[in-house]
Amino acid sequence: MPMTEKDVRWVKEPRMGFWEKLYVPAVVQGLGTTLSHLFGPRVTQQFPEERPRLPPNYRGVHRLNRDEQNRVKCVACYLCSTACPAHCIDIVAAPSPWPDREKYPESFVIDELRCIYCGMCEEACPVDAIELTTLFDLTGLTRREMLFDKEKLLSVFDETVKAGTDPVRTHRGRLGPASDTLVPPARLGPSGAVGTNASHPSDNRTLKERGV
Amino acid sequence: MAILITFIVIVCVMAAILGIDAYLILLERKTAAWVQDRHGPNRVGFDFGIPFLKRLTGGFHFWGLGQPLADGLKFFLKEQVVPDHVDKVLYFVAPSIAVITTLLAFAVVPFGSTPTPANPDAFPFVIAPNVDIGIVFVFAVGSLAVYAVILGGWASNNKYSLLGALRSSAQIVSYEIPLGLSVLVVAMLSGSLNLERIIAHQAMGGLFAWNIWFQPLAWLIFLAAAMAESNRLPFDLPECEQELIGGFHTEYSAMKFAMFFLGEYTHVITVSFLTAILFFGGWHFPFIAEPTSSYPGAAVVKLLVLFGKAVFFIFLIMILRWTLPRFRFDQLMSLAWKVLIPLCLLNLVCAMFVKHWSLSPWWLLATSIALFVGAGTLGTLLPSTPRKRVRPAVS
Repeated sequence: MPMTEKDVRWVKEPRMGFWEKLYVPAVVQGLGTTLSHLFGPRVTQQFPEERPRLPPNYRGVHRLNRDEQNRVKCVACYLCSTACPAHCIDIVAAPSPWPDREKYPESFVIDELRCIYCGMCEEACPVDAIELTTLFDLTGLTRREMLFDKEKLLSVFDETVKAGTDPVRTHRGRLGPASDTLVPPARLGPSGAVGTNASHPSDNRTLKERGV
Repeated sequence: MAILITFIVIVCVMAAILGIDAYLILLERKTAAWVQDRHGPNRVGFDFGIPFLKRLTGGFHFWGLGQPLADGLKFFLKEQVVPDHVDKVLYFVAPSIAVITTLLAFAVVPFGSTPTPANPDAFPFVIAPNVDIGIVFVFAVGSLAVYAVILGGWASNNKYSLLGALRSSAQIVSYEIPLGLSVLVVAMLSGSLNLERIIAHQAMGGLFAWNIWFQPLAWLIFLAAAMAESNRLPFDLPECEQELIGGFHTEYSAMKFAMFFLGEYTHVITVSFLTAILFFGGWHFPFIAEPTSSYPGAAVVKLLVLFGKAVFFIFLIMILRWTLPRFRFDQLMSLAWKVLIPLCLLNLVCAMFVKHWSLSPWWLLATSIALFVGAGTLGTLLPSTPRKRVRPAVS
């Protein structure tokens, strides 16, 4: 439909008064704003010295979780590699040496360069074996180095759990303590207590009642 | 002997100006960062990644003070890209004009204590002392810098560069007039075009003889016009990154680009010194730097006073850059022709009346304020923008 004269709305510029027409007071006011920022707090993070505080659901480097007996949790079901939109997960399954599952991954390779860090593998996994960690400064000198095999992914688990940056999020389907911190403090109820079911899906109070 | 002294002074001043230019670029980047709540460059110390120097300096970062040296080194070592389609001769001439003219303009600008009637034998801290057309020389040579912009834009054979050069020529031709007219009043008050005599006139009269008391309006106009002359931000239409990529220096790289920058920052230094000299008493400061003060080291104090005033105006120009948005081209032209030039002429007429009837110069303060308020009032009465015509709809 072509535009008609009715559709055009002319917006009139607000008329400037005497004070604005002098310009200099406005410039001085602007200089005041500029100067106040000169001495204000800095927002820059001094990166290598100062590490960023990432939310626990940050999607960084993958890890393969271990179970209570230190075995790899993965059951080689291929759901993650099927879900992966970038086709970066390569699994070779073998019959499991343990009685509690049929298969286990003989080899589990993730191409970290091909990965788009969407987190769909983590969502697809039925046994919570693959998780994304908050490690973000991933570097390497060759492409080959960036192919992470099973041992490397398990060592990422060992390191991140030891460092305490990424506690195990789920424990056989039950949410672990790491899931509590997924709720930012500002979204919690007025008590501010971590670990209450303030954001639990079964909580059917309205947002206002919860004090959000 | 006199020639030897002049030669030494020239070498010192040129070295000082180029060094200050380099650090002004760091100050500019730091100021930009501080205004935007950032830290600015603070990593480059004096080791430049060389292990030996790193051991010598202990790996300390010196708050980024090594940045200008690293930048300078980078400019020298970068590849000199000369595009095929440029006019080779003019392309190389333009950046040299930018540096030569701006450095030349500094020749008559005093940078320290100068003789006054109270101490006529004082050593003149100026490259070319006692030039009677001083201020005219500064503007005559300084405005040659426009050729650098125009030739650079033309020789680049690039539409963005040409548009930048075109804007620059219109802008500089327009702003020369208020610049000269505003200084004319100061010259009338001091009775001389000689910069040393202008300082002496203010210094002999004390703090309340500084021209800023009588000519605040001329100072405002001078500052605006001088910023336009040196292509600083509210008036930086010739370079204007958003519309013209880099304007006249789009096709320049490495040292040739750095020379345009040197020219711009030298211009800023000259303008700041001129502001301090013409309106704020030069090296004069009550009690510590009087014409009669003869304690040991008085010359150094006077030099530092003038330098401090100049640095203050450099800093003012820098934070004005982060305060005011860029003018539209028609706004730029109407500011010069409809506001600054009429105000300058009226101010000049007022000064003539005051001089003719030998009235107290304080009358000029009153007339300045009256003109300023009058301009504001007139601005509210006149229509601000041309009326928009609505084209009738084509059926």
